[in-house]
Amino acid sequence: MAKKSIRAAVNDALKLEMRRDPTVILIGEDVAGGAGGSGVQDAWGGVLGVTKGLYKEFGPGRVIDTPITESAIIGVAAGAAVSGLRPVAELMFVDFMGVCFDQIFNQAAKFRYMFGGKARTPMVIRSMMGAGFRAAAQHSQSLHALFTHIPGLKVVMPSNAYDAKGLLIQAIRDDDPVIFLEHKAIYDLEDEVPDEAYTIPFGEANILREGDDVTIVAISRMVHVAMDAAKRLAAAGIQATVIDPRTTSPLDEDSILESVEETGHLVVVDEANPRCSFATDVAALVADRAFGALKGPIKLVTAPHSPVPFAPNLEDAYIPNAAKVEAAVRATLAARELATA
Amino acid sequence: MQLSRDKLVEAYRKMATIRAFEERVGAESVKGAIPGFVHLYAGEEAAAVGVCMHLGDKDWIGSTHRGHGHCIAKGCSVEAMMVEIYGKAGGLCGGKGGSMHIADLHMGMLGANGIVGGGPPLAVGAALSAKTLKTGAVSVAFLGDGASNQGTTAEAMNMAVVLKVPAVFVIENNGYGEATAVGYHCGAGDISARTAAFGMPAEKVEDGTDFFAVYEAAGRALRHAREEGMPAAVEIVCARQGGHYTGDPQPYRSKDELEQVKKNDPLVRFRKRVTGEGLVSAADLDQVDREVAALIERAVQKAAAAPLPAVEELTTDVYVSY
Repeated sequence: MAKKSIRAAVNDALKLEMRRDPTVILIGEDVAGGAGGSGVQDAWGGVLGVTKGLYKEFGPGRVIDTPITESAIIGVAAGAAVSGLRPVAELMFVDFMGVCFDQIFNQAAKFRYMFGGKARTPMVIRSMMGAGFRAAAQHSQSLHALFTHIPGLKVVMPSNAYDAKGLLIQAIRDDDPVIFLEHKAIYDLEDEVPDEAYTIPFGEANILREGDDVTIVAISRMVHVAMDAAKRLAAAGIQATVIDPRTTSPLDEDSILESVEETGHLVVVDEANPRCSFATDVAALVADRAFGALKGPIKLVTAPHSPVPFAPNLEDAYIPNAAKVEAAVRATLAARELATA
Repeated sequence: MQLSRDKLVEAYRKMATIRAFEERVGAESVKGAIPGFVHLYAGEEAAAVGVCMHLGDKDWIGSTHRGHGHCIAKGCSVEAMMVEIYGKAGGLCGGKGGSMHIADLHMGMLGANGIVGGGPPLAVGAALSAKTLKTGAVSVAFLGDGASNQGTTAEAMNMAVVLKVPAVFVIENNGYGEATAVGYHCGAGDISARTAAFGMPAEKVEDGTDFFAVYEAAGRALRHAREEGMPAAVEIVCARQGGHYTGDPQPYRSKDELEQVKKNDPLVRFRKRVTGEGLVSAADLDQVDREVAALIERAVQKAAAAPLPAVEELTTDVYVSY
């Protein structure tokens, strides 16, 4: 088993599935790069090089560069998915989903239901998410809540290379439309990743550490922030359980509820804006189904209700960090101490 | 391009079925037997049938909110369609889709579409499948003059040319996007010229109530798609006999215009021509009319008697697995 980055793990998953299944195609802007230019083909392999080398192996019939027309990319993928292909569409930045929402949530997401269960729409939309790149308001968002809200879509957000590979292979083999969000700031994080293909089922959380005092639920890059906070808290004698749901739709509700039943405290860490978000969703789940177990308020550590700023100091302030998570944990634990004093 | 007698009868049967279906759906809708609202295709029959007579089961079509005619022309079950429009169990989509979402993927019908301009990218996707899987199929995107202004249509047309796929765009220019006339809403004024600018052959059928004119133009476009593997387009100038939806009093259309539409009835024109040329007898067409009437009556009886979907169906079919 070799160490691989998330970037390499995603590439690996695509390559293995394209070898295994000839109906898998890649389609998107510059997934090869260089089409029609005076230089080389496969010039980029995606804007951050994630799909590099696939054009060379699979050719222009399966690694398809498109014009910058998001609605057509997604619509073509959806139409191809119901007619025999298994497309992986790349939408570069999740922010660009705004250009093509209709094709995602009125078309692909609803075929199966509208058509009375007769459609299968096996497509994956890969896209980069997240702040930290000094890319400002239109290239840095965390929009998973929008897709999680839509019945018919599955939403996957890997936090490490091992998960990225297994979840992407699962996504490609899955018969429903899957939104696969890769956090651009953690592409270089490395992990032990098997060379062969493997899948990780959706809706099964990864419990990174177990502690009795508090449950911290975090997703994508925020898993690392939560783990940093957990280490700092452990040094102070506070033991946290850290849960990475890995997919927001379906959501592993049981793992979260079972943990809160044991700890009595919940902190959710989410890079998205706070209103109607993944964080509020998990909070509502626990308030509804594990209220009796709670010994303190549920605390949410999120971005503020503002767009992602450009100025580096502002962007750093926008993104949740370990200090904020630590403070949130201490706040909910303090409430218990007050109540029992 | 001379059609055999059997083909002519088939074309007439399809057109007569669409007309009878739509008139009955309109009547049942006004009576309150059908939930929601319906957009009827009556008056445009020559367009759907003139195009779909060139298609086989493995070919694809994408449709619109005014989709009943396309479904029937492509071969969807009339009875299952009627049950669907009634919102009943056993409908083509189990009662979960309704008039605007009738689909039958086994018949190459990618779905009516409640979103104006929603269909063209999907049809290009089916054309990409046909090309990649080498099925020999073509894919037709039906869209209206209203949808011709949508960005998705422009994107789909450009994408089809760039990807070199066998997609045919059929623009049914019925003169109105809802209640707004094409002379106002289409800035360039000429949809087929605008389509040709994307880099594909685009013809305009000035009289889309003439089945034969549509059939021939569609034949050229579809041959181009099949033989060259490249997109083409046909604009069909036609007319809705009714309003945008059933119950639309159409104050935006003059009496003169509506009378003209009635005079240019595609079924009447078809009948006149084939009987006049001695290709099919009037008695044979009358027989088709009787059979169609019986079929529609059966469909309505079946739909009215069909059970409602079980309440448990509310949350099924959201995913293949979850």
